[in-house]
Amino acid sequence: MPCSPDSPRTPSERPDIESRTEDWRQRLDCAFDPVQSIFADCLTAAREQLGWAALAAYIDTARLLCKLGRGAEPVLAFLEGWPTVCQRLGPGSLDTVLSWVRNIQRTPNGDVLGAFFQALPATAASLGSRELLATYLDLLMEVAQQSSTSIHRRHAILPSRALPELIRIAPQLLKQVNLQGLREWARQGLRQHAKNPERQADYFAMRSADSRALFQSQRQGTLLRAHERQLDFYLRALWDDPVALISYSEAFDELRRPQPYADANGLHLPDLRVDRDGVSGLDQYRLTLAHLAAHRRFTQSLAADNVSPFQRVSIECLEDARIDTLVLQRFPGLRKPLLALHPRPEEEACNPARESCIRHRMTMLSRAILDPGHGYRDPVTRKFADLFHECLARDLSDTASMAELAKEYLVASRRPSDAFAHVYFIDTEVPYRDDNRHLWHFNDLDDESEQDMAAAPPANAPVSLVHHYPEWDYVSQSYLTDWVSLYEHLHPRGRAEDIEQLLHKHAGLVKRLEHILAQLTPQDRERLRRQEDGSELDLDWAVRSWLDQRCRRDPDTRINQSFRQVRRDLAVSLLLDLSASLGDPVQGSRSAQSVLSLAQEAVALLAWAIDRLGDPFAIAGFHSNTRHEARYWHIKGFSEAWREEPRARLAALEAAYSTRMGVALRHAGHYLSGQKKEKRLLLILTDGQPADIDVSDPDYLIADARQAVLELERDGILCHCISLDPHADNYVQKIFGKRFSIIDRVERLPERLPEIFLTLTA
Amino acid sequence: MVQSDLLHDYRVHREPYYHPQGDEIELFLAAYNRRLPVMVKGPTGCGKSRFVEYMAWKLGKPLLTVACNEDMTAADLVGRWLLDADGTRWQDGMLTLAARHGGICYLDEIVEARQDSAVVIHPLTDHRRQLPLDKKGELVHAHPDFQLVISYNPGYQSVMKDLKQSTKQRFTAFRFDYPSADVEAEILVRETGIDPDLAPRLIELAQSARRLKGHGLDEGISTRLLVYAASLMADGVTAARACRMALVDPLTDDDDIRATLEHAIDALFP
Ligand SMILES: Nc1ncnc2c1ncn2[C@@H]1O[C@H](COP(=O)(O)OP(=O)(O)OP(=O)(O)O)[C@@H](O)[C@H]1O
Ligand SMILES: [Mg+2]
Repeated sequence: MPCSPDSPRTPSERPDIESRTEDWRQRLDCAFDPVQSIFADCLTAAREQLGWAALAAYIDTARLLCKLGRGAEPVLAFLEGWPTVCQRLGPGSLDTVLSWVRNIQRTPNGDVLGAFFQALPATAASLGSRELLATYLDLLMEVAQQSSTSIHRRHAILPSRALPELIRIAPQLLKQVNLQGLREWARQGLRQHAKNPERQADYFAMRSADSRALFQSQRQGTLLRAHERQLDFYLRALWDDPVALISYSEAFDELRRPQPYADANGLHLPDLRVDRDGVSGLDQYRLTLAHLAAHRRFTQSLAADNVSPFQRVSIECLEDARIDTLVLQRFPGLRKPLLALHPRPEEEACNPARESCIRHRMTMLSRAILDPGHGYRDPVTRKFADLFHECLARDLSDTASMAELAKEYLVASRRPSDAFAHVYFIDTEVPYRDDNRHLWHFNDLDDESEQDMAAAPPANAPVSLVHHYPEWDYVSQSYLTDWVSLYEHLHPRGRAEDIEQLLHKHAGLVKRLEHILAQLTPQDRERLRRQEDGSELDLDWAVRSWLDQRCRRDPDTRINQSFRQVRRDLAVSLLLDLSASLGDPVQGSRSAQSVLSLAQEAVALLAWAIDRLGDPFAIAGFHSNTRHEARYWHIKGFSEAWREEPRARLAALEAAYSTRMGVALRHAGHYLSGQKKEKRLLLILTDGQPADIDVSDPDYLIADARQAVLELERDGILCHCISLDPHADNYVQKIFGKRFSIIDRVERLPERLPEIFLTLTA
Repeated sequence: MVQSDLLHDYRVHREPYYHPQGDEIELFLAAYNRRLPVMVKGPTGCGKSRFVEYMAWKLGKPLLTVACNEDMTAADLVGRWLLDADGTRWQDGMLTLAARHGGICYLDEIVEARQDSAVVIHPLTDHRRQLPLDKKGELVHAHPDFQLVISYNPGYQSVMKDLKQSTKQRFTAFRFDYPSADVEAEILVRETGIDPDLAPRLIELAQSARRLKGHGLDEGISTRLLVYAASLMADGVTAARACRMALVDPLTDDDDIRATLEHAIDALFP
């Protein structure tokens, strides 16, 4: 869905893409190099997701951030992350964010903006609505004010140390508690460690024991987020109605507790459900979904014009009772939790002389309909409960019949006090029901609102070339969410013939490889001799047995042979380091050949060999220019044949930038895990250790790469590194454990690479 | 007759219970009439084997079933030399047996067999209806009653295992799916004696799971599994236990799907 109301693709607004990119660049007016370098890609991605107005606001905001004097980080993070946020929370959320940015700029905490925009997409995903975002920003402001060091209790002078920690960790925490819980936990921390910035920072980074303990105590009830997948299954499996689930919070609506509801965007449910009346939070969610799904299936909307408020209440009540009855007919096992949650108002509890009893009466009727053991004596209630069941039995089970019955009921039960201002509310809320907004339409409005229930939105998001990956921070032993932006491109093409020629150049080697391949090819069969039962007679042994028999010795009956197919069930992904150092000439060799061109030869040979074997394989290259710009060059996909196209791409390889290994491993692994093979092998060819210009700690990227390898292993993907760095043992081992080969003499790469592969998979 | 004695063991003596899903019985008779090779396709446990068994009974022909697997070789189908006290002896494989003496040869799950084994059926499927026994130096002309039937589950195989086009295009095909809810309920009642009021609930559960196919499940709950569950219930096992044991546990280890199905069981069988 486009997130701004205007259509993102009307031709008049999107003339020539190229010239527009330059226009936008001018409008951005931001000289930071890294920003310039990613801008075009960000714009492409943003165009997919934003309408024109939202796009303009996006660029203008980036421009503003650029002029704030906080460096390139906030701009970069904003450019990368905002389209996703906008799509989730709506374009209106930009104002909410901007006003917070202005406020924080007035405090000494402006430097936190980079971290803030970095974490924003993940945070927004957890929060789920603009309203909650606003509340969250208030919380950040509160923490900023209470944890900044100040003079004379007036002017804050030193930035808060707690704030950046909170911003960084919030996305993770919000997966486990709702915003209310987070706020409670934060306030406790501020209170306990007031005036001690050091301690505060530890508390907010979850480094102190009390902080973890207090956080745990906030985790009560069932979070919608934690069960979303299961509830999606529930809707699909039991109701054949996979519709989006959207959460809202009950905690920040001070005036009125919102109810679940359905609209064109999906089903809106509270973010947290606490067990009650012996029904678990999860079962409460399911019951609400059952009720909503049954509405979607069985309710026909009514015209709201000329319906009095009282009529409305009673029609909704009977329609809800009908829906619940239909749910119970289909799933009788839900009767218990449903009746446990449905209130059972005391018959005499409401005094019609003093207060309006309309809600009380309606809830009693609903209970009487659903619960044969209701025990109410009121004759009107009993009569209408019976009429209701007759109605359903006579096949008058539709919304219109309920409306008729509801109007009759209203006439039969009317009291003068119904119109009193004071309405009796106790025990009249049915917690699993929704607010029935879908039940009504207004004839004098256009048709749009009427379509609400019917028009479920398609849940698929637009395609984007940008992927966000986490990175492992070994210092804090935690993931930095969405830390790296990876851009995926099709590698430009060169001349495919060049690759052909490389094979000719290595004709001798090709011959030798062919020999090895012949032993590995899948057609090859292994011969199993001396079998009791086999596919054919093994003549040698048969004759021997026959002789034995003639000589009256016991013949050996194992005279058959059979063949076993040696099946290779393997997918391979080859990842090439394309960092700048690959462009260097090979050291100590007389020719001026670069490492990269040797790698090309080696890969050409390897690809030829794998293609011969018939294993599916993919090839990609990678390099990076800070975490904002990791590039992934697609050279050959699993489904592509090893022909013209991919060869041409391989022929055009170029070296540049640095080596951010973890993200490339994760991305290659992502594709490889889609291959349904018994064995999945990820080969990475590199000439040095992971490094990037925005990282000073050499161990950081090594640890992240290690983590990526572990993640992949967990998913059944083996990583093997082929390193061209003779001094690599130390770090390569740290990353890949035992799975690596070091090639000391780079000139030998073309023969070694296929050999290594063949030994690995023989 | 000599032949019928030879294949006596393969005859279907009692009428198997088969509830048609459509006009497949008539169409099979028509195919047999012309001795056209038949392929039955469909998800696992939907009644393919039962259908073939029923047709064999109805036609009064012996049924020779071969459950194909990866280790099966062409010799298993065609035959091989064996050794005995007087020297060597040729033993017909199932396919040869059926072709020689006039039976229906049913190759169950043909894709599981290696492709080179599968091609031995080719000469039997065209108008010549011959089977060359290379190792024995004999050319078997198929008996007029002989028919070839294969089954094939298009759902779960990898590309690696798909049938060759040249094999596929030798067969007429019957495409099966799980029976409609009413038919399936009746099958459960007839097969297991389960309470007719409970059968539709089992089917509701199966349909819930079938909707998750492709969304976390590779296959939905089959009629076969439903028959298992229903027979357990007919013998007095509680619905919750029978369903868990026959329908949920065999199907998946995904916790969220299990929780959803278990909830469905609780909701359907109070
Ligand atoms: N139409 C039907 N009439 C009677 N019984 C049926 C029918 N369909 C399915 N069944 C029941 O389902 C069970 C499984 O069917 P069957 O063994 O024929 O499945 P299949 O399709 O051959 O499965 P697979 O592909 O796994 O071999 C049968 O034993 C029978 O109890
Ligand atoms: Mg079968």
